[in-house]
Amino acid sequence: MHILILLLYILLLFTVVMLHVAYATYFERKIIGHMQVRMGPMEVGWHGLLQPIADGIKCFFKEDIIPENVDPLGFRLAPVVSLTAMVASLAVLPFAPGWVLADIDIGLLFVFAMSGLAGYGVILAGWASNSKFSFLGGLRSMAQVISYEIALGLSLVGVMLLSGSLNLSTIVEAQGGTFGGMYIFPQFIAFGVFFVAMLAETNRVPFDLPEAEAELVSGYSTEYSGMRYAIFFMAEYVGMLVMSSLGTICFFGGWSGPFAVPYFPALWFVLKVYAFMFVFIWIRATMPRYRYDQLMELGWKWLIPLALANIVLTAVCKALF
Amino acid sequence: MKEPSKQTVEVPVATGDEDRYRLRMGPQHPATHGVLRVDLELDGETIVACDPQVGYLHRGIEKLAENRTYAQTLILTDRLDYIAAMSNNCGFCVAVEKLLAITPPLRARYIRTIVNEMSRLASHLLWLATHALDIGAMTVFLYCFREREILLELFEELCGARLTFSYPRIGGVRQDVNAYFIDGLQRFIDIFPEKILEYETLIDTNRIWLKRTVGIGKVSREKALSLGLTGACLRASGVDYDVRKHQPYDAYDLVDFEVPIGQEGDSYARYRCRMEEMRQSVRILQQCIDQLPPGPIVGEDAPDLHMSQRIIPFREARVSAYGTGLIALSHKTKPTYPAGDIYVATEVPKGELGFYIISDGSPRAYRMHIRSPSFIHISALTALSEGGLVADLITNIGSVDVVLGESDR
Repeated sequence: MHILILLLYILLLFTVVMLHVAYATYFERKIIGHMQVRMGPMEVGWHGLLQPIADGIKCFFKEDIIPENVDPLGFRLAPVVSLTAMVASLAVLPFAPGWVLADIDIGLLFVFAMSGLAGYGVILAGWASNSKFSFLGGLRSMAQVISYEIALGLSLVGVMLLSGSLNLSTIVEAQGGTFGGMYIFPQFIAFGVFFVAMLAETNRVPFDLPEAEAELVSGYSTEYSGMRYAIFFMAEYVGMLVMSSLGTICFFGGWSGPFAVPYFPALWFVLKVYAFMFVFIWIRATMPRYRYDQLMELGWKWLIPLALANIVLTAVCKALF
Repeated sequence: MKEPSKQTVEVPVATGDEDRYRLRMGPQHPATHGVLRVDLELDGETIVACDPQVGYLHRGIEKLAENRTYAQTLILTDRLDYIAAMSNNCGFCVAVEKLLAITPPLRARYIRTIVNEMSRLASHLLWLATHALDIGAMTVFLYCFREREILLELFEELCGARLTFSYPRIGGVRQDVNAYFIDGLQRFIDIFPEKILEYETLIDTNRIWLKRTVGIGKVSREKALSLGLTGACLRASGVDYDVRKHQPYDAYDLVDFEVPIGQEGDSYARYRCRMEEMRQSVRILQQCIDQLPPGPIVGEDAPDLHMSQRIIPFREARVSAYGTGLIALSHKTKPTYPAGDIYVATEVPKGELGFYIISDGSPRAYRMHIRSPSFIHISALTALSEGGLVADLITNIGSVDVVLGESDR
């Protein structure tokens, strides 16, 4: 019985997240559209509201093309690896008090592990596609995931030190539910590092090098089409959701807000996550793309030393006061 | 990450090294501005050898010109640099007029200067849009298209076409400008300097933009001259050369403008040069509107549009065009076009566009060669990109501003 209820919850979460993914693309296209003095989708449904559904149906009914020279197993496996890993990390995210599928004590590490695993999907796609542009995209992704995973992990060590836990619910509770208690204030350096690393981890502008369309056509997903491509796309958007949630949980007090909302305690969480998503999109509309070596330079020469310094600073402060 | 190696390879073809990664970029690639193909040899992502290949858009315009009269060839010049077709039209007309030793009336020269500069703005806007898009700044792209649209609408008002105009004719222009056009242009000039500032605030102050362009595709003064670069690419390297200034045509000797000169010769300097050129274009346009003299738009000595006969005075040509054309065509008199050869260069947005025409006294060119700046700039990509990264090649392709229609002819 317990398993059945859990399965029901999983189904519910999965459905909600997939709907979110669909409408996150709409959200993105509308915002970018208005930032770029155009309308965004307008044709399907009222103000294009059914556009994501139409896109989904289109991708679903497209011919499943597997190019002749690819490695069929890796080619089929890659999108699945990406999406599964990303969706798995949803399990530990607390959306509201008690609204969490698996309240495990190593929640933060689990999210890192899963987001690291998702990188393999991209690398595998680049390798299995047997195409030169895909291969370069895969290589870039590999280098990027390794470098920025470190910065991302280190930036959150300060949060771990302050809250004394890796459990995401505990981290939220440790911030006390007040405005002043949010870790963004004592951990502003960490947040800066986290934010940049988060963009890189999700392959978003200005770090979208693995799929830089101007250089690598479409990078690792060049050979993909139809539903397999859509799965990569979903993985990217779930990744954005996971990273935004992580930022909200670790720095902005998770579900806590100025007043409690009856029936839907996750409201503040959702609002904060969407604020993050908006910034993601805003940056995409504004920034040019980094060059591959400049990206490495930023990661290794700035973010990692900064994150390390922050750890030392936090530890010393915590020991003294 | 390894520092980009500074080595250059004498022969840009395959070096036979097994460790090298060969990448054929294009002809179908989102950032090669059409159908450019670049054969690359990579060491990691560092470009060891870079070999641009052209010809995918070859339509034999030079050969076609041998079988068509000059008036008919004019239509082919639309298809050279289709981003700035008006500049090609004007350039060709200037060349043929010099061959036939005729001068268009002053009003026509002013109108041509106006459309030339408008086409420069349209071309530079598209260049900025695609260059920024290649580097990843996608919003600039749409902002530029917003302004380019105004220009295209003005062109449409002027001659009914948005892309292939064939608006000038040998000895003048086809239609006169109307008040609507002048008003629209004036409104555009009034708002445009603000828009340039808007693009600059979007990208010029952006750290990433600077990182991607400063010091990339650097070419020294001497190198730029020996590569045969012209236009903004040459001026960005510190050479003061602009055909509009040094061999004025149309009304360029009657208006006051400056030629922006860069120093560094890198992608950023080229970007700055073009941005300043846009400001100067606005200046030229304003002066042209203010000074636009009244008068005819086609010279008395302009050849008949058929060009099948001797040079007929314009009034007579009009008559033949309206009804007695067949009679004019059936004249058996010998054409009286001058024989000889001539090279005439004009400053188009991409650089120096030259028409080398050999005439045997017929109304057709015996041979016409087009010195297209894009072709020469593409050949310079090797020198610009070797030793850099793949991403730098994309920056370079964007920053030298090539159009394959012009390069492949």
